[in-house]
Amino acid sequence: MGCLVNTTFFHGLKAGSSIAIGYFPVALTFGLLAKTTGLTIIEATAMSIFVYAGAAQYMSLSLLATGVAPWLIVTNTFIVNIRHFLMTAALSEKVEPAPKWKKAIYAFGITDETFSVLATQKSRQVTTAFTFGVALIAYSSWVVFTAVGHVIGANLPQFLQKAMSVALYAMFIGLLVPSMKGNRKVVLLAVIAAVIHCALYYTQLLSTGWSILVATLASAILVEILYVKSNKNVERFTTRKEAN
Amino acid sequence: MGSMYWWMLLGMAVATYVPRMIPLTILDGKELPPIVSGVLRNIPYAVLGALIFPAILHIQDDILFGVIGAITAFTLAFLGLDVMFVVIGTIAALAVYSLF
Repeated sequence: MGCLVNTTFFHGLKAGSSIAIGYFPVALTFGLLAKTTGLTIIEATAMSIFVYAGAAQYMSLSLLATGVAPWLIVTNTFIVNIRHFLMTAALSEKVEPAPKWKKAIYAFGITDETFSVLATQKSRQVTTAFTFGVALIAYSSWVVFTAVGHVIGANLPQFLQKAMSVALYAMFIGLLVPSMKGNRKVVLLAVIAAVIHCALYYTQLLSTGWSILVATLASAILVEILYVKSNKNVERFTTRKEAN
Repeated sequence: MGSMYWWMLLGMAVATYVPRMIPLTILDGKELPPIVSGVLRNIPYAVLGALIFPAILHIQDDILFGVIGAITAFTLAFLGLDVMFVVIGTIAALAVYSLF
């Protein structure tokens, strides 16, 4: 990741471009599914404009199709997006100080993907301009390709469309691995969260919205306690040595 | 779908925006206890682990599809490729796989 340059709006657009590619097939398919669910192009695109939450939007389609009550769809949306509390709380440690209204605006653009790109930047802080750049290119891709998907359908060759379903996950891996190299704490965090999430997923103990939140938080807390404890042991050891 | 749809959309918009906005504006520049900020700094890497697994294994009905995708992406990333090329390379590998 040659991303030591992450200060300007333009750098943000560049860093967010892999999200734009990743969103392309997902938004296209959403547009198509919305059409088959009976939404007009205005209704479908409006959802991408105002809600802007991939998983929640997909779920709302299947719930609409089965005639679930609107307030239940709203509740479901909230549950699916609860994990963003965690992400934006973490992000508040990473973004440069800025007026609240600016933060309130780019907060709208925080998704799993933009969060991952912002939070894994090597610099200690990311600038407001950079954050806006990442958020804008991702958002534009999501909105534009929702509309395109509704109009032309997912008219890509089948094999390519299948292959593109991996895009967002490949991006997550591309963001994670550089931080894993030579950092055992990062490896531990990712592996423990993945294992807990798999366990919750396959036992169907929790719904997806909650299970990502629980897996993330459990791993983050566990590893932190582990490291604080081992640091204390080191401190105790060194102070004892000094006393001698 | 009528006006009901638009009310639902409004509800969904609020339900999505609130979890994004509240922590960013409330925690704004606040000094947190070290253990809390330590945990928060761990979140990105934990979240990535949880987002990738097990979801990547189930992007298609064929589990092998996801396995090949995961192996390709991890390999390309470990070779030090930029995120964009990890994405494109993995798509290419799976396109080839699904052609055969």
